[in-house]
Amino acid sequence: MTIIDVLTAICLLGGALMSLAAAVGLLRFPDLMSRMHAATKPQVLGLFLMLAAMGLQLRAWTLVPLLIVAWLFQLLTVPVSAHMVGRAGYRTKHRRPELLSTDELNDVVAAAVEDRDGN
Amino acid sequence: MTGLEIVAVIAAIVLSLAAAGTIYRIAAGPSLLDRVIAADVLLAIFGAGLAMEMALNRHTDNLALLVVISVIGFIGSVTVARFVAHRKEEA
Repeated sequence: MTIIDVLTAICLLGGALMSLAAAVGLLRFPDLMSRMHAATKPQVLGLFLMLAAMGLQLRAWTLVPLLIVAWLFQLLTVPVSAHMVGRAGYRTKHRRPELLSTDELNDVVAAAVEDRDGN
Repeated sequence: MTGLEIVAVIAAIVLSLAAAGTIYRIAAGPSLLDRVIAADVLLAIFGAGLAMEMALNRHTDNLALLVVISVIGFIGSVTVARFVAHRKEEA
């Protein structure tokens, strides 16, 4: 094995372990928000490691922009969908307040409701 | 088998275990949003598998498929999130 193959192997195993970590997190964590925290590992870092392994094996400069575009696209869409899911989860009472150490949005919502009722 | 092939087999086993875990979460729920997140992770695992196969066989045929998979995951989770919010507001 050359040094590039060793680096590729590290990237492949790292990416696979990110996916496994997300699956374990999905199975073990108690509520929606902590499961969302686990879910982002393979979507961003796992994909990055796999694409890095691809780049190391193919070794063509023309490929690099394509890989960066594929990764950047994932990087742009993942936060948006996570925001939408988290917002829907908060509004539909998927949170478990006893597990939270602080809930700043709750104060904001309460203040907004009070403001509306006062006027 | 070369060293890289052994690593690939190990990574494939790990990815399969991860996919099994997410499929269990999709089946078990308990809520729709948990299933959406698990489906998103399953698509990410598919993408990782595709990228791994491309790295091992040294081709780029599936790079477009990789981007399409992330688009499908994005559109799917955003759509379901909107749908859940509207259903609860009406009720």
